[in-house]
Amino acid sequence: MSESLISARGLTKKFGDLVAVDGIDFDVSKGESFGLLGPNGAGKSTVMRMIGATSQRDAGVLTILGKDPDKHGPQIRAHLGVVPQQDNLDTELSVVENLYIYGRYFGLPRAFVKSKVEELVAFAQLEEKRNAKVQSLSGGMKRRLTIARALVSEPEILMLDEPTTGLDPQARHILWDRLFRLKEQGVTLVITTHFMDEAEQLCDRLIVMDKGKIMAEGSPSSLIKDYSTKEVLEVRFGSDRNQEVADSLRAMCQRIEELPDRFLMYTEDGESLLEKIYASGLHPKTSLVRRSSLEDVFLRLTGRTLIE
Amino acid sequence: MSMTTIRQGSAQLVNSEKVRLRGALYVAEARIRSMMKWIWLIIGIAIANPVLYLISVGIGLGGLIDESVGVAGVDGVKYLTFLAPALLAQAAIQGALEETVYPTIEGFKWNRTFFSMNSTPLSGVQISIGVFLAAFFRTVYTVLFYFGVMWAFGALDSPAAWLAIPTAILAGTAFGALMQALAARLENENIFFVVLGRFIMMPLFLFSGTFFPLTSMPFFLQWIGWISPLWHATELGRYLTYGHAISPLMLWVHFLLLVSMLVVGLYLSARLFTKRLAK
Repeated sequence: MSESLISARGLTKKFGDLVAVDGIDFDVSKGESFGLLGPNGAGKSTVMRMIGATSQRDAGVLTILGKDPDKHGPQIRAHLGVVPQQDNLDTELSVVENLYIYGRYFGLPRAFVKSKVEELVAFAQLEEKRNAKVQSLSGGMKRRLTIARALVSEPEILMLDEPTTGLDPQARHILWDRLFRLKEQGVTLVITTHFMDEAEQLCDRLIVMDKGKIMAEGSPSSLIKDYSTKEVLEVRFGSDRNQEVADSLRAMCQRIEELPDRFLMYTEDGESLLEKIYASGLHPKTSLVRRSSLEDVFLRLTGRTLIE
Repeated sequence: MSMTTIRQGSAQLVNSEKVRLRGALYVAEARIRSMMKWIWLIIGIAIANPVLYLISVGIGLGGLIDESVGVAGVDGVKYLTFLAPALLAQAAIQGALEETVYPTIEGFKWNRTFFSMNSTPLSGVQISIGVFLAAFFRTVYTVLFYFGVMWAFGALDSPAAWLAIPTAILAGTAFGALMQALAARLENENIFFVVLGRFIMMPLFLFSGTFFPLTSMPFFLQWIGWISPLWHATELGRYLTYGHAISPLMLWVHFLLLVSMLVVGLYLSARLFTKRLAK
C-alpha cells in the first residue's frame, strides 16, 4: 500500500449525549478515491468536518498529511479542497470573483489566481456565465462552481460531501465526468454519498457507515461479493398477495428480503430462479433480474434501505 | 475544456506561513470587493445623510437656537459647531454598524461564506479581524465624506474641526466591534433588527448628548450616555474642536472607555467567530 494521507484510529465525535462518530478506524492512501457511504445521519459529514480540520474530535487519533488537525489546522487546510454539502458561495459576487477571492484566501499570487480562474471556468463549463452573479446560476452550475473553487489551490486531497445531492441526472453525469478526470490526474478524493451508483462509479474503496460506526469496508465489487450474491431477482405479486406467497418463495432461495412492495431474492442465477417460481405455479405481476448493487450490501448489513 | 496547465499541487503553491501573517487582509480584500457592488448606494447615503441633517437640524433648529441664546452660544459656540462632532461620530457608528452586523450574519447564516473561508488556511480569528478591517475602511471614508459635506456647507466654524475625525472613527470602530461580536452569536436576526433599531440605535442617538449636553438630562437617564460610545466620542470631539471644558481625568476616562470597548469587542468577536465555526 502506498503512503497514507489520512489515518484515523478510534475517531470519535459527540454532540452532547449523541455519539455521532463512534470510534472508527480507516486509512486513505495517496491517489485513492475513498468513499463514505451511509444514510443521512450516519456521521459521514461529521467525519468530513474532522478530516477538513474545522471540527475537533473528542477522542482517538487523526493524522492528515502527517499532521494532527487539532494542532495544525491551517497547515492541513492549505492542502485540502473542500466541497461542502451545502453550497456556500458568495451569492453577491460573480462566478470569476468567487474563484478569485477563494484563491486569495490561500495566499496565492494574483497573477497565478487570474490564470487559474480561466482554467477553472472552462473546467466547470461556465464560460457563458463567467460574469453572472452566483444568485442567477442553476443548482448544477453552483455545484460545479463549488467544485471548481475547491480546485483553485490544486489541493492534495479533494473532499466532496454529497456532491450530487439535489441535482438532475444530466447534471450528475457531468459532475461525475469532472471528478473522474481529477481522479485520473492523481488527486486523492474523499467522497460521502448516499447514492449507491455514485459510490460504484467514483470510489476505489469505501466504508459503509451506519449510526456512527463502520459496518463494512472494501472496494464496491468486493463488498458486493462478500455481502451479496451475483444477481438479484425482484418480484412483485401485488400488496394483497405478497403475504400468501412469502413462504413458498422463501423455500426457493437462501436469502430473501421482503420490502413493502416487492421481494428481493438473492441468487447466483436470477433467470433460472424465476423459471423455478413459474414452474411452482406462482405468477408474479412483474419481475426483474439485475446485478447486485451496494444498495443490497447496505440492506444486508443494516436491514434497512438507504433512502427511506 | 481540458486542464491545459500542468498540475503543480498545493504543496508547491500554498505557503501557509504567508496566510498566517496576512490572512485577515485577504478577508478584508474580499469584503471590500463585495462592498464595491454597493458603492454608489454607500456614497449616496454618505452624502445624503449629512445634507439632510445639516439642513433640518443645523440650519433649521440651529438658527432658532442661535437666535434665542444670542452671542453666549451653546457651550460658548454656534449650535452647528456644538453639533458637528456628535453628527460625525453618529455617522461613523452607523457606517461601522452596517459593515459589521450584516456581513457577520451573512457569513454565518445567509451565505455561510465564513465556513468556506474557514475551509482554507484562514482561521476564525483572521476572518473576524478581516471583517472588522473592512468595516474600519468603510467607517473612515464615511466620516471623511461627512466631514467634506459639512465643510462645503460652511458648518465647520472651528479651525480645529478636523480633530473630530479621529474621535468619530474611534467611536465607530469601538461600537462596530461590539456589534460584530453580538452578531456572531445571533441565531434569529429578525428580532435582533427590531431591538437594534428601536432599543439600541434610537436611544443611543437621542440620549448621548448629541443635541444638548448630557447634563441637561435627568440623572436617571444619564447612564445611557455613559455606556454609549457616541457620548464619549462627542465629548472628546467637542474638547478637540472648540475647547469644550473637560477635566484631564475625564479626558482619559472617555478615551480609555472607547479603547476598551474596541478591545473587548475585538476579543469577543474573535472568540465567538472561532467557536461558531468549530460547531
